[in-house]
Parts: sequence; C-alpha cells; structure tokens
Amino acid sequence: MNKKTENINKITVTKPLKLDCGKTIKDFPLAYETYGKLNKNKDNAILVFHALTGDQFVAGTNPVTKKEGWWVSAVGPGKAIDTDKYFVICANVIGGCMGSWGPSELNKETNHPYGLDFPVITIKDIVRAQESLLDHLGIEKLLCATGGSMGGMQLLQFCATFPNKTFSAIPIACSVSHSAQNIALNELARQAIMADPVWDKGKYFLKNTQPKNGLSVARMVGHISYLSEQGMQEKFGRKLQEKADYEFSFNADFQVESYLRHQGSSFVERFDANSILYITRAMDYFDLTKQFKGGLTEAFKSQKTKFLVISFSSDWLYTTKENKDIVIALNASGADVSYSEIVTDKGHDSFLVNETEFLKTLKGFVDSMYEKFKR
Amino acid sequence: MKKEFKVIADLLPNNTRVLDVGCGDGALMDFLVKEKNIEVRGLELNQNNVQECIYKGLPVIQGNAESELYQFPKQSFDYVVLSQTLQAFYQPDKVLRELLRIGKSVIVSIPNFGYWKVRTSLLFFGKMPVTKTLPNTWFNTPNLHMCTIKDLFNYCEDQNITIKKVIGVNENKISLIKKNNLEVKNLFSKLGVFLIG
Repeated sequence: MNKKTENINKITVTKPLKLDCGKTIKDFPLAYETYGKLNKNKDNAILVFHALTGDQFVAGTNPVTKKEGWWVSAVGPGKAIDTDKYFVICANVIGGCMGSWGPSELNKETNHPYGLDFPVITIKDIVRAQESLLDHLGIEKLLCATGGSMGGMQLLQFCATFPNKTFSAIPIACSVSHSAQNIALNELARQAIMADPVWDKGKYFLKNTQPKNGLSVARMVGHISYLSEQGMQEKFGRKLQEKADYEFSFNADFQVESYLRHQGSSFVERFDANSILYITRAMDYFDLTKQFKGGLTEAFKSQKTKFLVISFSSDWLYTTKENKDIVIALNASGADVSYSEIVTDKGHDSFLVNETEFLKTLKGFVDSMYEKFKR
Repeated sequence: MKKEFKVIADLLPNNTRVLDVGCGDGALMDFLVKEKNIEVRGLELNQNNVQECIYKGLPVIQGNAESELYQFPKQSFDYVVLSQTLQAFYQPDKVLRELLRIGKSVIVSIPNFGYWKVRTSLLFFGKMPVTKTLPNTWFNTPNLHMCTIKDLFNYCEDQNITIKKVIGVNENKISLIKKNNLEVKNLFSKLGVFLIG
C-alpha cells in the first residue's frame, strides 16, 4: 500500500501532537491534495473533510485508484464548489491508508507496518493533525469548511477546537455524537474483519495480504446503511442478476446481492482493513457533548462562523433529528446557523450523488459566503 | 417592499436581533440587514424559499413554526416577527406563547376578518369572503383560525399580554389603533400589526 502512495503530496508534521489516548506523536506524514488556485487575497480556500472510506482525492481522477474522486458530483470546474473559483483542500485522515500516518505505514522501530501497534485515535486527533496543513499552505482563515458523515463530525470538532478559523461551515448528514445504532453497525464491520482468519490480529501485512473476505463484508454492511429502504427497493427490487429464474444455490441470484458483492470486492483493492478498525473506532468515540463541560452550547460558544447544516429525509444513519440537534445547539449558543432538510430517497449517500436540490443549496451558500468574505 | 413590511421595519430599532418566523423568500430580512444593520434569523417551511434565503446569504432554518419553535432559547431575540401566519396554525395560542418566550417583544400581523368588505361578503352575499388579503376560497384556504383586530386585541388583554402598539393598514394608509378607536379601525383596516410582549 505504501508504494502506491509515494508520489502524492505530503507534509511531515513536526509539531508534537498529544493524542487523546495519552501518547505524543511527531514527525508524522500527512497526505493531502488541492484543487484550483489560492488567490492573491487568500480568501477563497475551502477545506473538505472526507468520510470513513474517502481520501484526499476529492475531485478529478484519483491517481492511485484511477477512479473518479469521491466528491466529483460537487467539486470541480463549474461544479457546486467551483474549482475555477475556489481553492479546495483535503487531507487524508491519520489512521487512513492513502499516505497519511496510519496502521499500514512503516513503524521505524520494527521495520514493519504498525498494524495494531498503531495507537487508537479520535476524531479530535484526526482534526488536530490537520491544523499544520493550513499553516503550510499559508491560509490564515478559510472561506468555508465542509464535510459529510464522518467528514461532518470532523468539521464540528474543527469548529469547536479552532473557533473562527473558518468564515463558514457546512456540516452535512452528521451528528454531534455517534448513536448506539451507528456504533453497532461499526462493530459489525470490525467483527467481520477480525473474524477473518487472514486478519491474524492485524498482522496480515507480514504475509503481504489482506483479510479480503472480512473487509468485503464490512463494506457490504456500510453500503446497506448508506442507502434507504425505498431507494434500494426502487433500484433493485427483487430483480435477478442476469438470469431468468432462481439457481437454487447460494450464488448471487438477486441484483442486490451482486451489487453488494461487487462493492465489497472492489473495496478491498483500495482500502486497508486495519484502517477501517481504527477509523470506525474514532467515529464511535466521537461525542462533542462529552468534551465540553457545558455541553454543546459551550462547544460552539463565541462562534462567528456561519453554519449551514444539511440533512437528508431518507438518511437513517445520520437522521434529520440528529442533524437538528446540531442546529439546536448552535441556536442555543447564538451562532449564525441555517438548516435545510433535502427531501430525497437516496439515503445517507445523497451528498455523494447528483442530488440537484442539495447541490443547488450547497452552491448558493458557498457563493453567498464568498461575496461576504472576499476582501 | 410591501407596505406591511415597511410598517414592521419601522417598528424595529437598528442593531437589534430579530427572528422572522415564516420568513418566505427573505425579502423582509434582506431589507432589515441592509438598511437597519439588524442581525436576522429566519424560520421557513418551504424548501424553495429556504434556498432563496440561502442564495441571498440570509441565515434560515427549515422547519415548521407550529412544532419547531422549541429550538430557540427563551428571550434569545429582541424581536420575533410573524407576518400573516398566526391564523394558519392549528394552535395559534400555543404559537403565540412560544413567540413571547423567544422574543423580548413580538410583532404579529393578521389579515383582519373584521374589515368591512369581509363582513359585507358574508352579510349580503352569504359567501366566505375572497379579498386581496384573503385570496383563497373556503376549501383551499390555509387559514384555520381567522380573527379580527378586535379579537386579537381582546385576547392580549385577557392573557395579560402587554400591547405596546397596534397599527391598522389599509392599502398605503396606516393608522394607530387604541382602545377608543378600536371599533372603527376594526371595520376599516385590512391588516392589523401588533407590537406586544
């Protein structure tokens, strides 16, 4: 996995970072990508936080996987977040596997990848690790920061930890603390990986392999949770996969089975199983209400940042109610907050697909914020 | 901007914090921000209107005033504005109490069911009135609890809600409504704008 990531942009973060687990790290790699140009006044920078299985390659073509960037629907020339106009930045989270410090990176002490010697990290660690990148790029204040799902959680943490570092913020389909249901789904994913004998307590790299079966099941779980019941029914129904009748076997008779298997098997080519363990754990530990004594109101106290919270009506992973809780907390602390619930049957995945109303709202907000912020 | 908004805007001092409940496409908020340096927030149900507000850079929360005012802390705004919507709620009294909880003062405007044209429509034609301020017919009107200026005036007095100012609006004419001219103004005003709280 390391070989593939040799030629991507990286900084070495020299500033020591004390992790929530107590361990201090320094001189660790942080991989990132940028799109568009930072203008003279440095007032057009937008920071994007990626979700669980994302990476820094937001737009264009991912140079490692050769596939489209994960947010091409929203970011690129002429898109809702227009890279002809804005300078878009995204860093690979620590714990990830696209060049940033993670369990598949080489541990210089053992000369092997870290595996389970990698410390358990939190969303706060992930966000704090990215701070140096803005200094490196010479950005004092962002025009906007945004992210969906785990990206939204990072964003809320970012706003709470570095108040007023961004002029505006768009948390999308996320939450201030991981719900029991979300922890349960993550646990399912982790257990699938750990139950695969190839996983070998995280030491699979010694045999130069991956627990493909377990990781693939973990991905299937995720995919089910990203869709809505209605969306899935409309897309697949009971349609059979290239056959006229049941095979009376356990092969993928149904299209939905075939779809899940494909999602699972293509995922193992690009993602590290240990990374899934670490990042899902970081998500589960996320609870912004616990971090601040006065609760959420305290977390967002003295915010000048202008927020737009967006939720999707058919999202059952990060529900409208959970997103509204963010709005209520921001309201309680007197912050400048807008909120929109996009009506769609595309589920949690709505922010990643061509959902017209969502993209219109995103564009309208970003453009209007730029008009207010530009110097 | 329509006359009613001018009347409301004139009631709002500069540099205050205002919540516009049912803010529509943000026309009033936009004016208040630009002309009076007022810090605004809007609450609006309709998605297209919410998008309009966002395009204009106005902070707006998509939601239903009937059920979602609880999210705003008590006394968190200097003024809360509710324009011609009170009569469309299932429980206007409950909404009014919520507005008074959130705002130090509240501005409520209502289409006046006591306006003479409304009265004559019912009296002489025996038909539910359809006027400029009440453009819908009986079967598709969103208005569930029509009231007159006198009704709301009496209600505030009964509930010990301080009436700070009441303005009657008829086309471009406005007039102050007091207890002593209530009967006449209730007959000749199309709209009533109440400053209470």
